Amino acid sequence: MKITFPHMGNLYIALKAVFEDLQVEVVTPPPCSKKTLALGTQYAPELMCVPFKLTVGNYIESIEKGADTLFMWGGCDVCRIGFYNTLQKDILKDLGYDIEMICVESLNTPQKIRKFFKQLCEVANTTHSFALIALFIKGIQLVFRLDELEELMIHARPREIHAGSVDILQASFEKEIRTTHGYKETYSLIDTYKKKIQKIEINPTKEVLQIGIVGEIYTVVEPFINFELVKKLGNMGVDVHRSVTTGKFVREQLDFLPFMHSNKKNVHRAAHPYIEMDIGGHCRHTVGDTVLFGEKGFDGVVHLLPFTCMPEIVAQSILPTVEKDKNIPILKLVLDEMTGEAGYVTRLEAFVDLLWKRREYAQDEKMLSRN
Amino acid sequence: MSIKIGIPRALLYYEFYPLWITFFELLGAEVVISSRTNKQIVESGVQHTVDEACIPVKLFHGHVVDLRDKVDYIFVPRLRSICKGEYICPKFCGLPEMVRHSIKDLPTLIDITIDCIKSNRDLKNAVFAAGNFLTEDRDLITTAFQTAYIAYKEHKMILKKQLFPPFKRKKIMVLGHPYTLYDSYLNMDLLQKLEACDTSILTPEMLPKPVISHYAQNFDGQLYWSFAKKLIGTVLYLKDTKSVDGVIYISTFGCGVDSVVAHLVEKIIRRDTTLPFMLITLDEHTGEAGINTRIEAFIDMLKWRDSDENHISSHG
Ligand code: SF4
Ligand code: SF4
Repeated sequence: MKITFPHMGNLYIALKAVFEDLQVEVVTPPPCSKKTLALGTQYAPELMCVPFKLTVGNYIESIEKGADTLFMWGGCDVCRIGFYNTLQKDILKDLGYDIEMICVESLNTPQKIRKFFKQLCEVANTTHSFALIALFIKGIQLVFRLDELEELMIHARPREIHAGSVDILQASFEKEIRTTHGYKETYSLIDTYKKKIQKIEINPTKEVLQIGIVGEIYTVVEPFINFELVKKLGNMGVDVHRSVTTGKFVREQLDFLPFMHSNKKNVHRAAHPYIEMDIGGHCRHTVGDTVLFGEKGFDGVVHLLPFTCMPEIVAQSILPTVEKDKNIPILKLVLDEMTGEAGYVTRLEAFVDLLWKRREYAQDEKMLSRN
Repeated sequence: MSIKIGIPRALLYYEFYPLWITFFELLGAEVVISSRTNKQIVESGVQHTVDEACIPVKLFHGHVVDLRDKVDYIFVPRLRSICKGEYICPKFCGLPEMVRHSIKDLPTLIDITIDCIKSNRDLKNAVFAAGNFLTEDRDLITTAFQTAYIAYKEHKMILKKQLFPPFKRKKIMVLGHPYTLYDSYLNMDLLQKLEACDTSILTPEMLPKPVISHYAQNFDGQLYWSFAKKLIGTVLYLKDTKSVDGVIYISTFGCGVDSVVAHLVEKIIRRDTTLPFMLITLDEHTGEAGINTRIEAFIDMLKWRDSDENHISSHG
């Protein structure tokens, strides 16, 4: 058996390590590229949201590299994600691929976790569910460590003394991780790079902008689809704060477990005056985190959404009110296969300029009122 | 003077209007329905909604604006689930929020939450919440709702009677959300146009629910959306019974639900039947002439298939 899974930010690193420890051969999908998106667009229904299209592209590329088993997630939700598996199965079948599929539904109840482990047992061809649970926890640990590594990079990037230091390390990490296998090796590589990043020379007192990124999780964490937004902003001198990351998402799914804590309640509370219900997707987070970013006095918020994304359209209707209430500028970026990088970058640069001007203006005001 | 409650003639108005009109009237309110969709409503809807939203949601906003200065309350329910285990669409769920943050100077919204995801009996909570805007009397609310429910069921029965309309040459199944099928301004009188072409129309509303549910079970995969279940159930029914001559799907641009359902429907029809199929996608800019041409071509094709097979004159 050769297993594969879709890309979503750095999640592949944790999945690969865990499956390798299960003695399963892993085919990591090639990094998302124009080709991935073109494949997905060709075979997916025309008006599907872009995360769907990219995952279809991932599957096809992996299958062509020899994968015969797909590990996919999805499940019942108010939104289209509930249909991902059904449609993807159908598309792959039509393409004539003979593959096994393991579909994981969300893991937010003990029953669902139990079912998940049963499926894992099948994959690993084992009945030692204890070992599996231990490995599952290790996988989660990796996700968290990867988040930490990313946070360190995000912090260092706008403050680095030698331009490009973080990006060089990131590239070499991504290269080395390809030849790293299993939990132990992966963990220690992440650790090594955490230390390396911490050693980068930075100017800790440099003035940087604080920008929050909110929106649909896939568009926030997958660098291909958001044109490496995190990196770009960092190199423009911005400290970036993401509303959703893979690690946060895992925490929130599992926070009914005694040892797991998430910030979910806080976010929901912040969103409450604007939206009370879970309407699917990440709408409540988009609104709640924008409120929180505003209250923290951030300079601005970037709202990312796939074209026609239903929950984010609801969020988008609410955000102008939050923008006004919390006095925080919001830049909305709609992403799909038609989005051009040039226009996107122009808008981003203009936004960053505006935020700098706003800050200067605010500082001038303060000075004036003091004198 | 009685309290005036406005109901926007949009979205699930087309499904549930006899229910809510009767209910509010029995509780002593005067019910005002927004005007039929017209140019002005479309324009104000487009103006008051975020660009990315689908047309039906934009129209809803237009209808709310139409009612804004005429009533004391506007009924904008938040619908998460209208049937156990099934959702509708995230936008229905965030509808009061979208409206409230997009339109200024609104009267109070009756923004009750209908969420039957766990049990259909949870509808009760929504009914009392809605009734409480007018009265505290729970018995009164209960009786009003029971009567209203009967009115709603009767209305559904009438729709189903149309299942066997007078004999016409061709039968066409027209699929889509009720609010695209029954808003004749939005779909540019499509149903009337088809009927004028000597065809009789079938919509999913005309099929008995148990029949649809029964066929929906044959689908390989979970149908999480009420709307998906209804349309896919209908199509699987057509596949088995072959009771129509052609299928038209009316979708709206930017509809996330249609991006999935229209695709699945088309697939089933093309793979498992020989029925002619046409997908019409409406947006703000759809021209009537283009639609007319497509309908005519479709009907011609149906007739042509006929004459080919049975040698019936195409002028008949
Ligand atoms: S949340 Fe947005 S991107 Fe995700 S399934 Fe729904 S519409 Fe697609
Ligand atoms: S189902 Fe489609 S048309 Fe209806 S509100 Fe949702 S996205 Fe819009």
